[in-house]
Amino acid sequence: MTQSGSVVKPKTKRSKRFLQNREPKATENCKNTMIMKGGNTSQSVTQALKDIYALKKPNAVLYKKKNIMRPFEDSTSLEFFSKKSDCSLFLFGSHNKKRPNNLIFGRLFDFHVLDMFELGIEKFTSLKEVKNSKCAEGTKPMLVFAGELFETDKEYIRLRSVLTDFFRGPSVSAVRLAGLDHVLHFTALEGRVYLRSYRVLLKKSGCRTPRIELEEIGPSIDLVVRRTHLASDDLYRTALRQPKGVKPKKKKNVSHDAFGTKYGRLHMQKQDLSKLQTRKMKGLRKRKGDVAAETGETTSPKKSKAQE
Amino acid sequence: MAACSVEDVLAKAEKEEAERLKSITVNKELDLDFDIGNLLALDKNSINSREFKQQNKNEFLRSLARDNTQLLINEIWKHPSEKVEEVIVVKLPDPVTQLPREKPVPKARPPTKWEQFAKLKGIQKKKKTNLVWDEVHKEWKRRWGYKRAKDDTKEWLIEVPENADPNEDQFAKRVHAKKERVAKNEFNRLKNIARSQKLKVPGVGLAPTSHQSKAELAKAVSVAKSATASVGKFQERLPKEKPQRNTGKKRQFQPLIGDFAGEKQKHLDMLKVIESKRPRLDITKAVNKQMREEDGESTERRKGKKGRRGNAPGKGRRNAPGGKGKGKGKGGASKGKGRKPAMRQGKR
Repeated sequence: MTQSGSVVKPKTKRSKRFLQNREPKATENCKNTMIMKGGNTSQSVTQALKDIYALKKPNAVLYKKKNIMRPFEDSTSLEFFSKKSDCSLFLFGSHNKKRPNNLIFGRLFDFHVLDMFELGIEKFTSLKEVKNSKCAEGTKPMLVFAGELFETDKEYIRLRSVLTDFFRGPSVSAVRLAGLDHVLHFTALEGRVYLRSYRVLLKKSGCRTPRIELEEIGPSIDLVVRRTHLASDDLYRTALRQPKGVKPKKKKNVSHDAFGTKYGRLHMQKQDLSKLQTRKMKGLRKRKGDVAAETGETTSPKKSKAQE
Repeated sequence: MAACSVEDVLAKAEKEEAERLKSITVNKELDLDFDIGNLLALDKNSINSREFKQQNKNEFLRSLARDNTQLLINEIWKHPSEKVEEVIVVKLPDPVTQLPREKPVPKARPPTKWEQFAKLKGIQKKKKTNLVWDEVHKEWKRRWGYKRAKDDTKEWLIEVPENADPNEDQFAKRVHAKKERVAKNEFNRLKNIARSQKLKVPGVGLAPTSHQSKAELAKAVSVAKSATASVGKFQERLPKEKPQRNTGKKRQFQPLIGDFAGEKQKHLDMLKVIESKRPRLDITKAVNKQMREEDGESTERRKGKKGRRGNAPGKGRRNAPGGKGKGKGKGGASKGKGRKPAMRQGKR
């Protein structure tokens, strides 16, 4: 919004491209996440933020310094940071007496807070504590939600939507089957949400589909739902609105190879072979009458131009 | 005998198949909801909380996760796969889960003042060639920018016009004029942005111009007069100076009681407009529409002719002025009108 009708013109092509990338688009960029901590944080909260940053890595920004704010009371500074770093998801960690080990998952629409969920950490095991081989950075995780609360309770349905948005990673058209090696499992039970992260081991089953074994890699967090902030129905509906022509028109005759080289396919008109210039010889020269007739034709438009 | 053995073999094979499938099948009371586009599964089955408390929590969660993941993987494997560069890849369908957007749906930029005007008049954009022939250098040169043709900043000598002040620096005058044009353009850009964002258009009144007209001067005087602490209330008029037009009271009200006949007539007129079945005609709009349509038809006709002549694009474009000249004789008077603004655009 701010960039599209900006008064200050970008001075270089590069900055113009940068601003264009941030403008609202029909098919949007992958949502970025900012991960930040409040004035006070405990060891487990800091570690949890770092671990979630590791899971999200290419699409996240980890704020290293403290930012004293209370998103539920005043979200202006949050909105400011989101505008600054072009992030529409945030994770905020804090720790105080009233709400120890606090994590706030949230998302923004048009740089305004849409949903926020305050979750308290009850039990935390970090990535480092589990001594296992981990998944590669930037793998698209499979997400599984279990528990009837995720189906029946309104708040939990929205929480599921937020968590899906938060962890799903970039939307892709195809995945490598061998690359499906990370599962995030959310279980809702008795007011708690259990987040577990597993590595998937594909075992031979004798048929095409492999048998699955899971290995815990961390972080595993037991969360309690505290305060929530849900968007009003109106706002949520406007945020869900999709543009009409989302699918871009296919560019014809342009293809790329593995190295990113651009290939174009040209469609030529059929060449008139009778007019092909072959080797010049006296014997093959055209007659005078023919030449005169031809030149007369070609010059006629020029003549008319001169008359004008 | 033979038939019996075949049956045996079949039964055995079936058993084996069932055993194989056993390792990858999971029984659930309710089926899971899948959104393969997001690699997402939702298990709606209620979890037995007593079992959860009795068992080791982590073990219980892991077995639950294993079952759910197995079901998700089974679902993913059902989708068509293909081999891309030695790697087996599954094509994912479009995501089903509706997630809110990050930013609002982009809106089309509102037209600038020029675009509005061009649309009203039916002026179409014309593509100009990048290179033009420079008579002085006998060379093809760029139309704009560095090393352009007919570059008037590179001239070493300028003739002083007859009626000009001989001591005036003609070079400085040109530079100044250029700066003024750039400033005016920037001002127009800002005005367009302001209009698009429905802000107040900045500095309505006096745009920088090289030569102020009588009306502009009058406006400048009135602006200057009202620029006092008392908004020009005590500003005296010069002798013979006429009062400003288009200033002062804007709204005029009819007296509450008095002209009954006029009031009646007014109401009757309004009723007539409302009652009449025929829509009111905006004549300028209608005329412009008609003109635009005629223009469109004539260009189409011209295009049709061109198409028959030859398909080389460069050649066709160069032929265009010639074709136009011919077409002019045939077309009506309205056509000539339509062309006028287009030519003005060319000069810019």
